[in-house]
Amino acid sequence: MIKVRGLVKRYSSLEAVKGIDLDVAEGEVFGFLGPNGAGKSTTISILCTLLKATAGEVEVAGLDVDRNPDEVRARIGLIFQDPSLDDQLTARENLEFHGFIYGMPASTRKERIAEVLDMVELGERAGSQVRTFSGGMKRRLEIARGVMHHPDILFLDEPTLGLDPQTRKNIWDHLHELRRREGITLFMTTHYMEEAEFSDRIAIIDQGRIVAQGTPDELKSQVGGDVVTITTEDPEALAREIDRAFSLATKVENDTVRIEVPDASTFLVRLIRELSTPVQSLTMRRPSLDDVFLNLTGHAIRDEAAGSLDQFRNMAQIWGGRRR
Amino acid sequence: MATVQIPPTETSRAATRPLAPSGRPTSLRGASLRAVYIIWYRDVVRYSRDRFRLVASLAQPLLYLVIFGTGLSSSLGGARGGGFGGGLLDYKQFLYGGIIGMSILFIAIFSGMSIVWDREFGFLKEILVAPINRSAVAIGKTLGGATQAMVQGLILLFLAPVAGVKLTPISVLELLPLMFLVCFSLTAMGVALASRMRSMQGFQGVMNFLMMPIFFLSGALFPLRGLPAWMDALTHLDPLAYGVDPIRKVILRGSGVPTIVTDGLGLSFNGQPIPIPVEAAVVLAFGLVMLAIAIRNFRVRD
Repeated sequence: MIKVRGLVKRYSSLEAVKGIDLDVAEGEVFGFLGPNGAGKSTTISILCTLLKATAGEVEVAGLDVDRNPDEVRARIGLIFQDPSLDDQLTARENLEFHGFIYGMPASTRKERIAEVLDMVELGERAGSQVRTFSGGMKRRLEIARGVMHHPDILFLDEPTLGLDPQTRKNIWDHLHELRRREGITLFMTTHYMEEAEFSDRIAIIDQGRIVAQGTPDELKSQVGGDVVTITTEDPEALAREIDRAFSLATKVENDTVRIEVPDASTFLVRLIRELSTPVQSLTMRRPSLDDVFLNLTGHAIRDEAAGSLDQFRNMAQIWGGRRR
Repeated sequence: MATVQIPPTETSRAATRPLAPSGRPTSLRGASLRAVYIIWYRDVVRYSRDRFRLVASLAQPLLYLVIFGTGLSSSLGGARGGGFGGGLLDYKQFLYGGIIGMSILFIAIFSGMSIVWDREFGFLKEILVAPINRSAVAIGKTLGGATQAMVQGLILLFLAPVAGVKLTPISVLELLPLMFLVCFSLTAMGVALASRMRSMQGFQGVMNFLMMPIFFLSGALFPLRGLPAWMDALTHLDPLAYGVDPIRKVILRGSGVPTIVTDGLGLSFNGQPIPIPVEAAVVLAFGLVMLAIAIRNFRVRD
């Protein structure tokens, strides 16, 4: 479905994507993971024909995005990071606009609008202007719109960014439902690790390069067994002590020391016996994708502050609402 | 909300795909014509929904006409044989055509530039990733904005009695295409400006350095005769000057003002008044160039 070879994107001074390869199979849920600014949105914009690649080959749905952008656009659906609905139009009008612009004939358009609205449980609000919708409802409407024209691939750029946990779960229920019903390929970017777990396969991008690709389990098995995190007032001393007693690699982050061991339950008993540095708390767990990312890049994925556009929006709202 | 029973995947897809085997619209060209229509239609729907804007946008021309016009008319001596138009013309009558031009200018540019809003608030992406020819975006937006400006212009025609002019059926018939031409060309300019603008910050600049000069140099407020050479040159570069002049000529002639008077108010070339068809052609050419620029800019992918 998607084939990327040696993709490079250079802005005047900055190389945002530094030669990446990707393969996504039909029907797959593919997670594209990385911190903000890693090159995720740039890559997805190129796949969706919104940006031109500096170098490399990109095929989407069997078509070269550079040579056949219009054909590619007809075969993909998109859910953007920032809302892209017209909030002065009603939900139905937004979908009508979409159907029209994608050239759906009137006979199927009406039927399909009802179908997708039902799918995201917005049928009863079809006639309301979108500005009266909550963030989660807008997202659901965008999902409905994204699949309305029967795309082969649905691209989702941070589909749950800025939504509360409950709404995020609800959006995911809808996405799973959608996949079951429409059987389409999903390509999504996210920096929420727990969401990436829903993917069949994952690629991790950091600073414009793919650092790992595989199923979530494959990636997690790269981490050496269980993860033990120890909170203490003097992490440096603790790290030195662990290094001396067990000759284990340690990572210090703020007031915690993190180690990976094959079998945490027996190790903890020994650890507690040997240690002299006071310890505040101890946790052990199976590795998560966060651990994979930390292992591969040496830094954690962080939830960064709102982007400039979000800030601008907030300002616009403060200044007497959105003038259009 | 009601839970929906979902049919199995295959049947659901088959049922909703009675089109071509691929289930997709057949021709891109057809989709593009429809795209022009729907982009235009969206603008019209939004405009009709925004009653406040419609009312608010009438306030400015009314202020100009009633207060500015009456004030200046009185100090010029009004129709009682003051220094204006050889005493055959009241300033308000002169001003009326200019105010129509001004309203069209403001609405057209603002509507054309609403693309910047669409960009800022995301909706433009929805249009840009659609499988349509990018020229449809520029054309649809230009027609949408032109329609809004035209509606405004038509409403202003009802203010003719306030300005002391009479509109005959013939002059209205002549005004309609002229006004639409001006609406189209100025909106195309707004769309062209907005096509490369990435944020609203540039908006203030357009306002101060483009719209106001175009307005002042268009002859909307004063006759374009007897001006210093530098200013005379600038007025000949002003696209709105070629729009205000024919609109005014048609209105005033319909009200019985002699041609010799109306010809002495507007643009001239080598001392000769420029005929209406030539002025209309200049406006049209300007609009087409602007539209071409807008189309080219929308086709460029970064």
